[in-house]
Amino acid sequence: MGATFDLWKITKTTLFYALVVVIVVVSVFPFYYAILTSFKQGTDIFRITYWPVSFSLENYQSVLSQGSFPRNLLNSIFIASVTVILALFLAVTAAFALSRVRFRGRGFLLMVILGVSMFPQIAVLSGLFELIRALGIYNTPWALVFSYTIFTLPFTVWVLTTFMRDLPIEIEEAAIVDGASPWVIITKVFMPLMWPALVTTGLLAFIGAWNEFLFALTFTSSNDTRTVPVAIALLSGGSQYEIPWGIIMAASVIVTVPLVALVLIFQRKIVSGLTAGGVKG
Amino acid sequence: MASIELRNIRKAFGAVEVIKGVDLEVRKGEFMVFVGPSGCGKSTLLRLISGLEDITSGEMLFDGKVVNALAPSKRGIAMVFQSYALYPHMTVYENMAFGLTLEKGHAKEEIQQRVERAADMLQIRQYLDRLPKQLSGGQRQRVAIGRAITRDPKVFLFDEPLSNLDAALRVATRIEIAKLHESMDHVTMIYVTHDQVEAMTLADRICVLRDGLVEQVGTPMELYENPNSVFVAGFIGSPKMNFISGDKAKAYNAETVGIRGEHITIVPDGGKWSGTVIHTENLGADSYVYLEMGTEEPVVVRLDGANDYKSGDTVHIAPMEDKIHRFDGAGKPIR
Repeated sequence: MGATFDLWKITKTTLFYALVVVIVVVSVFPFYYAILTSFKQGTDIFRITYWPVSFSLENYQSVLSQGSFPRNLLNSIFIASVTVILALFLAVTAAFALSRVRFRGRGFLLMVILGVSMFPQIAVLSGLFELIRALGIYNTPWALVFSYTIFTLPFTVWVLTTFMRDLPIEIEEAAIVDGASPWVIITKVFMPLMWPALVTTGLLAFIGAWNEFLFALTFTSSNDTRTVPVAIALLSGGSQYEIPWGIIMAASVIVTVPLVALVLIFQRKIVSGLTAGGVKG
Repeated sequence: MASIELRNIRKAFGAVEVIKGVDLEVRKGEFMVFVGPSGCGKSTLLRLISGLEDITSGEMLFDGKVVNALAPSKRGIAMVFQSYALYPHMTVYENMAFGLTLEKGHAKEEIQQRVERAADMLQIRQYLDRLPKQLSGGQRQRVAIGRAITRDPKVFLFDEPLSNLDAALRVATRIEIAKLHESMDHVTMIYVTHDQVEAMTLADRICVLRDGLVEQVGTPMELYENPNSVFVAGFIGSPKMNFISGDKAKAYNAETVGIRGEHITIVPDGGKWSGTVIHTENLGADSYVYLEMGTEEPVVVRLDGANDYKSGDTVHIAPMEDKIHRFDGAGKPIR
């Protein structure tokens, strides 16, 4: 009896880890192959290998030296950072009002905010384009900051509102008795308690702005104002018929590294941020 | 130091009126306890005094000045909350100093002095660098009280500060609050509780509330000896006053008579009333005998020391005639 039981246990363990391996391979393989390709050179790229056979940094050198890629990278960093700061500032203040100030139509407003985020980007593209032209910010970083903030705000506001609603009301009242203004309550009392939520939503907003393609393609027209996703898509080789895979892969790896670094730095905060709000600590 | 006057104060949440016209005067330096069953509006009344809730109608005066529209921080009050409401991310020191740092015109040294003085009063000086989560419930409540002391308020408000503590700690903290009141006799204190023992032991005067109205205001002994209604008579005192109606009350020309357990003696025979023992409780110093004698709730007799009555025994009892409270059909006393 004991032997068959052990056999069943071993099978179960084996199946479990087999499944884990499959999932890991499927999710990691595309990235692995991109990194692998980025270190290849010349015609090596078109030979399919699954292990590193040659190593060269030439692709990285050429992507960083040619054209306006470094400039595009700076654009991306600037736009994503400003979007995060702006979105968090607006969302924290909005969340305070939506969670703590009683006013008529609060529930309706929350539903509208959620409803706005359901429109696909393409549906609002032409309207947004008109708006950006009218504001005179076409082909500037502000066009992207503006549009990304619009698209990231509903989610950010919702998460922060639910999080803030769970903060004990007595803490706010104690601060009121202590003579704190709403601004002091937000910055000195609530924000320190909301770090996990701020980091989580901020990071998601950053990733969203960093990877966005459609708006970036539409609202910019010159090499110097583009962000990296568009720049990568528009990388061209020596002739019209040549696609510079090596350089594209190198650029992709460069673009991914900051995100991975950010996620690793804030990893623990993200986990607690995603669970917080659901259950009261 | 402040006297507080409430003039026909009303508070409604939407269509629901919670405070239905309260007139009350709290004297300077007095320890006033608001007591009543849950939902009677005692906490709401405290929040109206603090300024955390707006008054629907009526006038609130601090030292003769109307403060209806004054923000909590401008009223010179400090509040201790049931859930402590400490700032979780600040150390004990920062918690206590927060109010002072927000007020303009306090030098760093002055703030430190005031925090340390309050910490010494409450013996929490060694915890000043800790975070609230590193403290026990009793220590947290002390920090909350310390935070209030640091602000040097004219009026000290307590909203059921002992409800979250266990029984032993509750008694210890109760004594400390009483001492605090003695050492800060210039500060007016208002204390909300549903526990009549806390009310009796702490209060200079008690205000019994019921359904958003003041039922009676007076010193603990006034309420105990001369309750103004059946409600107050039943609420103040433990165990509850016994109420007897029907023919036994008719004999006293009343609709209901009330008699406290300690004012009934058990006599060998020939007592005024008799009943069957249904339960006994021995507490060592005193004991309670529960008698079934046709009343709504069993009649409780308090005896000194232990007793050996058994369930089913028939006993004769005699109330002390001068301690009997007579009430009319409206629940008002007949004097």
